[in-house]
Amino acid sequence: MAHDHEIRVERSDPLALKTGEDVVRLRQAVRERAVAVGFTLVDQTKIVTAASELGRNTIQYGGGGEAIIEVVANGTRRGVRLAFVDQGPGIADISLAMKEGYTSGGGLGLGLPGARRLSDEFHIESAPGKGTRVSIMRWKPY
Amino acid sequence: MERIPILRMGRFLLVTIQVDMHDQLALTLQDDLTQRIVTDRAKGVLIDISSLDVVDSFIGRMISSIAGMSRILDAQTVVVGMRPAVAITLVELGLDLAGVRTALNVEKGMTLLQASTD
Repeated sequence: MAHDHEIRVERSDPLALKTGEDVVRLRQAVRERAVAVGFTLVDQTKIVTAASELGRNTIQYGGGGEAIIEVVANGTRRGVRLAFVDQGPGIADISLAMKEGYTSGGGLGLGLPGARRLSDEFHIESAPGKGTRVSIMRWKPY
Repeated sequence: MERIPILRMGRFLLVTIQVDMHDQLALTLQDDLTQRIVTDRAKGVLIDISSLDVVDSFIGRMISSIAGMSRILDAQTVVVGMRPAVAITLVELGLDLAGVRTALNVEKGMTLLQASTD
């Protein structure tokens, strides 16, 4: 039946990302959702860490923005999806930004590639002058 | 200003991180610790991270920096109490904390510090 695979999304209010304290609040909010979905401790830690990396990027490179946390249910499968949106300068060369160890801002260059490794799905959209949107998804294993 | 307390125990400095640190707090700790190594003539630094449920690349970098700076200032650093889920995530993130000595708990960390500074 089609209804068995209906995708349901519970979206939380966007969380502002402007300061380092906002990243702490983001980590706490993502942890809460991950616990509610029933993630194991390791899976909670992975998605919270990925959120921390991407939230910091939004502030440091995007000049601030917001995070959207969603709990997604696809049939019996559940997961947490996060989106990080900024209206900053955007990324001219996405494949360079995704490269391990590359940084334009004095960091370790682990944020984007690290967050991708910690997630099941990873999407990035960006262009110069158009801001950046990164979204990740982590499913609860069966 | 918010700060992480640094305790002195003989020749060693002891830091227990008990809050979810924002980046500025981590940088302040790094500055405070290097200052205290010099003023207290400390030979070792023990950092207990058993309360931390997340260590991301920023905190990981801070830990590496503290270890490197204290080495230059003739002090040893040992990081203790890392949770297994944090260790798994750190390696997957791409950080292996190369050059940072670790121990399972405060007691083992203290033994390691004492042995390496005698």
